[in-house]
Amino acid sequence: MTMHEDALRRASSQGGWDRRTLLKTLGVGAVAMAGVPLLAACTGGSAPASSGGAKTVSFGSGSSDEVPKAAYKAVTDAFEKKSGAKVTTNVVPHNDFQNKINTYLQGSPDDAFTWFAGYRMQYYADKGLLAPIDDVWEKIGGNYSDALKKASTGTDGKMYLVPNYNYPWGFFYRKSLWAEKGYQVPKTFDELTALSKKMQGDGLIPIEFADKDGWPAMGTFDYLNMRLNGYQFHMDLTAHKESWDQKKVSDVFDTWKALLPYQNPNALGMTWQDSAKNLGDKKSGMYLLGSFLTQQYTDKAVADDIDFFPFPEIAMEGQDAIEAPIDGLLLSKKGGQNPAAKDFLAYLGTPEGQDVYASVDSSNIATAKGADTSKFSPLNKKMAEAIGNAKSISQFFDRDALPAMANNVMIPALQSFIKDGNVDVKNLEAQAKSLYAAQ
Amino acid sequence: MSTSSDTTTAGVRGAKQAPAGRVRRLSGRDKWVLGFMVGVPTLIQLVLVWIPTLLSAALSFTRWNGLSLTDIKSAGVANYQFIVNDYPPFWPAVQHNVLWLVFLALIATPLGLLLAILLDQNIRGTKVYQSIFFTPVMLSLALIGVIWQLFYNRDSGLLNFLLGTGGTPQAVDWFGDSSVNIWAALVAATWRHAGYVMILYLAGLKGVDPTLREAAQIDGANAVQTFFRVIFPAMRPVNVIIIVITVIESLRAFDIVYVINRGTNGLELISALVIQNLVGEGQVIGVGSALAVILLVISLVPITFYLSRAFGKDKEA
Repeated sequence: MTMHEDALRRASSQGGWDRRTLLKTLGVGAVAMAGVPLLAACTGGSAPASSGGAKTVSFGSGSSDEVPKAAYKAVTDAFEKKSGAKVTTNVVPHNDFQNKINTYLQGSPDDAFTWFAGYRMQYYADKGLLAPIDDVWEKIGGNYSDALKKASTGTDGKMYLVPNYNYPWGFFYRKSLWAEKGYQVPKTFDELTALSKKMQGDGLIPIEFADKDGWPAMGTFDYLNMRLNGYQFHMDLTAHKESWDQKKVSDVFDTWKALLPYQNPNALGMTWQDSAKNLGDKKSGMYLLGSFLTQQYTDKAVADDIDFFPFPEIAMEGQDAIEAPIDGLLLSKKGGQNPAAKDFLAYLGTPEGQDVYASVDSSNIATAKGADTSKFSPLNKKMAEAIGNAKSISQFFDRDALPAMANNVMIPALQSFIKDGNVDVKNLEAQAKSLYAAQ
Repeated sequence: MSTSSDTTTAGVRGAKQAPAGRVRRLSGRDKWVLGFMVGVPTLIQLVLVWIPTLLSAALSFTRWNGLSLTDIKSAGVANYQFIVNDYPPFWPAVQHNVLWLVFLALIATPLGLLLAILLDQNIRGTKVYQSIFFTPVMLSLALIGVIWQLFYNRDSGLLNFLLGTGGTPQAVDWFGDSSVNIWAALVAATWRHAGYVMILYLAGLKGVDPTLREAAQIDGANAVQTFFRVIFPAMRPVNVIIIVITVIESLRAFDIVYVINRGTNGLELISALVIQNLVGEGQVIGVGSALAVILLVISLVPITFYLSRAFGKDKEA
């Protein structure tokens, strides 16, 4: 749902830019802006009317793509059957949903809606636009790991999100290539650089890398920062409770400089799909990306040959933190007064509800403990395990930070860093100060 | 409104002085129709152009998170200070816009003129050539992206193949290398702009009185002299339009860089920064509005020039 996923959706349709997206945003945007609250108002109005005896829930969904849409349909159907409540779903194209969320939440939003963990969940919670769901968590809390619980908590300590699924970021590689050359999975940063050096000697691009679209490099930054300075520092930095103009941040970039010579030098002209192809063709040794990478390998022989390892440890907290963006459901302020909406959220927080979702959309990893993993590929099992073992879960920079900070500040800063290895942390702080002050 | 009342008083006077009745009094219905015809466009103009312009000018002096109206906080000129001092893409964007203008003015526009002159010579298949050169102007953004991707791609693109560097480490990364990608984008922009200019000049050339050309030839002028001394000056109205179009195109240049990499990494343009700051994820209303105002102020210069020329000439006539 955030820009990295928009970008990969867009990229999968064609060479990187979809004209409809712009027209939609520019032209229809105005209409949509008026339309979203209107749409919601319709259902909002109809809900009390029919609530004579039957329970109703209105559900706003930004999952407009074919498969997730069908998956949520399956969930609402199953919930209706189970509880006897009626769910009205409003599906909004995910770009519009995302961009108009401000207007949506202030108008008459649906009771429950799709969103994700991270800074913007907390931001809207702080603005009083969301309903806390601690009572729901009392019921479903046992289904989730502490890391997921932490990611679902607002800054006020109350619970807001019911996680549905997530997907991890980590290093992907081809098993056969590694077996052939005798490479070992690196556990520490030194082992990683040593391995990279060896790969370079073998004529490979050690670490595949692409940043034409700007966002993929954030993954490297997130991991380096978490491994060097710890999860909490990373969260405080992205929420701008910590200054960018300090040694800890410069250290991240200095550490990265040790890695830069091993990353694909043509990254700035490449999309992640180009990089995925290099990895598939065994031109490069490993690739740090989200697990959506595996969707690129339609050849089953290649897909089965892909393996995963978490980012090696550097200075702090070992490999405790993992980057695994979480999607789930929130309750709007109004939805907080609807017990049926809370039941709906609680239902998605059970293994049963998540199994229904995963039975249609199996590309992600269910978050609830006890969800059916029998259909998982060995790779999926491994990734689910990595997430399960993590003590803290980050959401990727563009979800953990102010979107403007990610989009307008980090993209140019990281691209220029990749180009010449220079970064001006003072300027990053100046920009962050101004942007966060506007919020 | 004032127009209709002026007409009315003129009509009254006319009726008194010349009872022959050439100018008649406007009936109530006429007034209503006139008022309607003037009022509706004025209203549309007001709602769609002036009110948003003034609002975004006002917003450029505030900080706003886009939530409730009470969250709007006055920021003075902080947004402008931020853009000028702390926003790294801004100055490169200004430079690129200037480069864009110079390139279009010195290369693309003359190229369009040249194409127009050549195609005006009644050569065989001129309609076909016209269509070919004009096609880029009509193509959709998505298609342009694909076409230039095929051309510029580092590993499999036509250009690197022709240079013999395709697939080798020496291959030029036309989109990714920030020292060359602006030129790659400018070539793509020229490809469109030249076709546009060509069509306008073709129309202009058709409009030139053929007797002028004959007269010049009888006076012994060669083709070049005929063109530069006689035909070109005779196309003055078209020339003014072309100048304005070139300037405005260079200011609102946006689509091609957005197709390539959304206007980052060496392809910053003011218009791309406006979009980045106002639309979608990275919305910062204050900064985006301030950038839009900066772009507006710059654009006002050529627009004023054009309008003063256009209306100034009406007065002469």
